[in-house]
Formats: sequence, C-alpha cells, structure tokens
Amino acid sequence: MPAETASVTGWGRTAPSVARLIRPRTYEEAVAAVRECGARGGIPRGLGRAYGDAAQNAGGAVFDMTGLDRVHAIDADGGTVLCGAGVSLHRLMEVLLPLGWFVPVTPGTRYVTVGGAIGADIHGKNHHGSGSFSRHVLALELLTADGTVQTVRPGTDLFDATAGGMGLTGVILTATLQLQPVQTSLMSVDTERAADLDDLMARLTAGDDRYRYSVAWIDLLARGAATGRAVLTRGDHAPLDALPAGSRARRDPLAFRPGRLPAAPRHLPGGLLTRRSVGAFNELWYRRAPRLRRDELQSIAAFFHPLDGVPHWNRIYGRGGFVQYQFVVEYGQEDALRRIVDRIAARRCPSFLAVLKRFGDADPGWLSFPRPGWTLALDVPAALPGLGAFLDELDERVAAAGGRVYLAKDSRLRPELLAAMYPRLDDFRALRAELDPRGVFVSDLARRLSL
Amino acid sequence: MKDAFGLPQSLLVLGGTSEIALATARRLVARRTRTVWLAGRPSPALDEAARELRAHGADVRTVAFDALDPDTHEEVLGKVFAEGDIDLVLLAFGVLGDQAHDEREPSAAVRVARTNYIGAVSAGLVAARALQTQGHGSLVVLSSVAGERARRANFIYGSSKAGLDAFAQGLGDALQGTGVHVMVVRPGFVRTRMTAGLPEAPLATTPEAVATAIELGLRRRSETVWVPGVLRLVMSALRHVPRGVFRRLPV
Repeated sequence: MPAETASVTGWGRTAPSVARLIRPRTYEEAVAAVRECGARGGIPRGLGRAYGDAAQNAGGAVFDMTGLDRVHAIDADGGTVLCGAGVSLHRLMEVLLPLGWFVPVTPGTRYVTVGGAIGADIHGKNHHGSGSFSRHVLALELLTADGTVQTVRPGTDLFDATAGGMGLTGVILTATLQLQPVQTSLMSVDTERAADLDDLMARLTAGDDRYRYSVAWIDLLARGAATGRAVLTRGDHAPLDALPAGSRARRDPLAFRPGRLPAAPRHLPGGLLTRRSVGAFNELWYRRAPRLRRDELQSIAAFFHPLDGVPHWNRIYGRGGFVQYQFVVEYGQEDALRRIVDRIAARRCPSFLAVLKRFGDADPGWLSFPRPGWTLALDVPAALPGLGAFLDELDERVAAAGGRVYLAKDSRLRPELLAAMYPRLDDFRALRAELDPRGVFVSDLARRLSL
Repeated sequence: MKDAFGLPQSLLVLGGTSEIALATARRLVARRTRTVWLAGRPSPALDEAARELRAHGADVRTVAFDALDPDTHEEVLGKVFAEGDIDLVLLAFGVLGDQAHDEREPSAAVRVARTNYIGAVSAGLVAARALQTQGHGSLVVLSSVAGERARRANFIYGSSKAGLDAFAQGLGDALQGTGVHVMVVRPGFVRTRMTAGLPEAPLATTPEAVATAIELGLRRRSETVWVPGVLRLVMSALRHVPRGVFRRLPV
C-alpha cells in the first residue's frame, strides 16, 4: 500500500512533525498497517481539518484513511447510510441530497471524513437541538490495537470512548449514520444584527428554539459599547413550497452544486492579517449584514461552509500558521464569557470570523467537547506576540468557570488543566490502557496532553 | 511535544551549568517545560542548578556528561532519550580559554578546540540522530559572534566557534524534512562567569536576553538567531572590512 515519509501538520499549520503516511485502501491493508506500524505507533487521519496536532504522529505512522471512500449502502426509506470512514461529508451530500437526505450534523467545512467527525465528535449549528455527530451514529466498525475489527454500538463504554476519542481507541473503518430528511437543498435563513454582547446573548437565548440551525458571527475587534457586536444567521432547510414557483430551483430542488474559487496561493507571507486589515474586514462584514432579513434562500454551501469556497484558505496566515481557540462555559457563567470577550477585545487579537453559539445537552462521548452552555471560537495568527501566555490566561478563566477547550482545535493547552476540563479523562485513560496496552495508537496530541 | 508556539515540554541541556542554558531553562520551565535533563560533569554547581530548576517546578535529573570524552556520548545520550522524547536539546557547553596563555601552551588551545568543536560535533550528531528517530524536536546550538570573523584577541576560541557554527548550519540543512529543527544562536558579549573580568565589548548582553531570543526563535522556527539582533547587521558589515583595518579595530 502507498507509504511516504512526510511532514504533517494540522489545519493551523503549526508544530509540524514527520511521520510515515500510509494510505490503506482496504480493511485488510488497514489491519496490516496497524499490525506493522512499529515502536512509535500510529494514528488515523482524515482530511486534516483538525487545527492542531491531533492527526500527527512524530516518528511513527499516520494512517491516511481517505482511501476507504466507499458509500456501501443507503436506506433511502429509513434514512440511513453505511459508508467507509474515509468518505467526506462533501461526498455524502453529493450522494444523499438527490435522495432527499442530509447529513445529521455538519461543521463549518464539508471536507471532513466520517471517521474524523466521530473521532472529534464534531458539532454544527444544530447542536442545541440535535447534539453532536456521534449521537446520529447507529454503529461503527473499529479496528483495535490487537488487529481485530469489532462492531461498536452506542451505549457501550467503547463507543463513548471512541466518540470524541481523537482516534486513540482504534481506527474507525465504517459507520452507519441516521440522516436528516430534507425537501430541498436550500436553506431558509433569517439574518439579524446584535449591537453588543448582551443583545447577542439575549437574542440567541430567546430565539434559538425556533431554529434548527443557529450561529452568530461576532466582531472581537469592536470595543467599548460595541464590544461583542454580531451578525446572527439562523434557519432551517427550506420546504419545497418556499421555493418560487417556476424557478430553476423549484424544478430541481435537491441540486447540490457548490462552486469553488481558485485556491489560496501556496507561499503567502505572514502578517497579512493585522488588526487593521481584520478590523476593516469585520467592519465591512458587520455593516453589509442586514439589520433584519427573514426567509432568505441560501445554498447549503453559503450557509454552512462559506470558507470551503476558497481551497487552502488556511494559507492566508503565512508560514507561521494560526491557532484556533474554542471553549465552552456553562449557562450561568455569562459573566465569565463577558470577561473573556472583554479581554480579547482589549487585547486587540486580529480575529476574523469568530463565532458564538449555544450548545444543547452534553453528548455521551467521554472526551466530547460540547456541554450545555456558550461556545466561542476564534482564529488568531500564531505569530502574534505574547499569544501563548494570553491563551493560558483564558484557559484559567475557562477552567475556573467550569468550562473546557476543544481538543480537535487545540495545539497549546497546558496539560495540567485537562483533567479539570474533562472529568472522564481517567476513564478514558483506563480504557485505553486495557484496550491498547502497548500504546499502538498515539498522536502528537496524545503525547502533549498525556491522553 | 512542542506546542503551536514551539515551546518544549522536555529539555536536555548539554553543559548543564551554562548560565545561558539555565536562563533559557528557567524561562521555558515557566511556560511549558516539565522535564529537564542537565548533562554535565558532576559538580556541586550542576546539583545546585538542578535544585534551582526544581524550585521552579520542573522534574530535573542530572546526567554525567563530558564533552571531552566523545566515545561516551552515544551511551550517555542514548540513556536519556530511552526515558522519553526530548523536545529540545540545548547544546550549551563551551570554554573560553585564555588566549595569551593558550598561544604559549598549545595543549591548552587544543583543549578549547576539543571541547567547543569536537565535543559538539560528537554530541550534536548523536542528539540529531535521536531526534530524527523521534520525528520531531529542536537542536539549539550556542555559537558566538566570535566565530563570524577571527579576531586577534580571541582567535582560538573564535575558530572553535567558527567550526561549530559551520557544522551546525550544515547539520540543519542535512536534517531538512526530517522533522528536526536546528537553530544556531550567535550571541555577542554575554555577561557571565565565563566573561567575568574581561573588558566588555559593545552591544554586550545578558543570559536572560539570550533566553528570550531563543524562545522567540523557537516560535518562529528560525535557523539563525543573533543576540542582540542588531549584531546581524554589525557583523555583516565587519565581515567586509579589509584585513588591515579589521586588525586595528579596537574590538
């Protein structure tokens, strides 16, 4: 099977490490890859959208799972699909939308694999009602450290360790998903502006129950009275009768043809994203948003995945790369959230496209990130002076408020804080010690945080 | 593992009593470093350095290491790497010698060369191989501006650092694509025990300033770091000064 030695990073392009990239195309090859991965172990990798070092394994093996890209079976009546772990959500949308089904959860990019979606237990704009991705997994096949394949179903310890387990319990080979029925491939979207953080939180709290999907883009560079100003976009799949009669969309309501612009150039210099340029971008983004607009029809790509339109958009940060920081604090900790937003605004972090969202019930995965509360995600250039110490300070505030940071985005958390943030960490470690005593599955993230 | 900002969790110092190395270690321990190995000749100073870093919260171990005995490097460093990954190796040992004395006493001059150059070649190669097996890590080599152009006043030391500097640059190129990062640090005159009593050169700096520059270089994955940074310009000018003039410069 194809193998090469390569320098591997996450989407944030920080902390590269070198590994043997192995691309199994069959289950037999996957089993062989795990059996032969050597003293420094291996870790499965999908499309590399985790921001930090979750899918890196210095000196060892990285299993590129995108070779297992078959959609095996679709139940078009019951709305389930059985597919290989390397199938992307983009591919699933291409296949499923014409049949009137949609993926149960999609993050801000379609270019993640099903295996990665379970390993990071990703969430989307519908978390407040639908929960994380793993809640919609009916079963999965897991290749464990002893080289055997077992079927894992929800409600078992192994499932709960694997959902959000960052690939450290084994290699997911296939998954069966419960899908979401849709009448059209368009979204019906309400947009509104919030003048500041309190206004934003009030609007989200009051209105989220009415929408399947909800998220707010927040301007973290706005200061003073405008601190936390935001644009809310909320909506649901448009029903067929919402499409204008006689329109092209009405004739082909389940069409899925997302466009893509040319990729970002390979060698952009660092330092393009400054306070000034990002501030101007944020100002424009806020001003061009309508104060209030209802029932606008948007494509799936425009509503869920605006950044997918520019392939390799992560290159705009230059070779220094960037850090994404995402945390959640529980409801009732709004003061902590306010203080953190104030600190970020005061620090003038050049962060564009920061998002704030309300989570629903916690998910069963032991290391799953979501819990009921407010989650904020922001991108910051890694070269920003003093950023490390600043994020450490935010970690302390998050932990003190009983919150946590998201492992799929992390590239810098102080390991000592992890146990407080993830109370089931000891269970996870114990299960791994039993399931994988030789430590076959290991990643740079696992080494850094002693997972 | 290093984090997104290049901060290491484990550190191996070769030359465990070096003031620059200890200033760097203190700085890194205050951020992410939890495991520190201090390699050096067993001495009260080495134990004292370990005690001090422990007080800062690190898990510190000392290991007997002699730059002048290259035959033992493989074994000594092998044991350290066998205990777990090392994210950062700081090659910090070196002696200044006494130029006037060493010119009269060639065996003493050879000792400077053997420590600063031959010892570093040996330890550098051993550490590089171990880092390469890990697939990650940085090797930071303390060179000196003295190696940039030989000066009448300290050409024995300077030539040993020139050799070390060239070696480290080549090693960095050889390790491209292996996940291992080699950074050459060229401080100017640093106020330490080693330079105590010597007339201070212009642009003199401190171990703490060198430590700060090293932390920044790790974050940027720099290949060369000058301390202070302006020395890069100064030295590139001095390099082109005619010999007859350079010889008479009061530096």
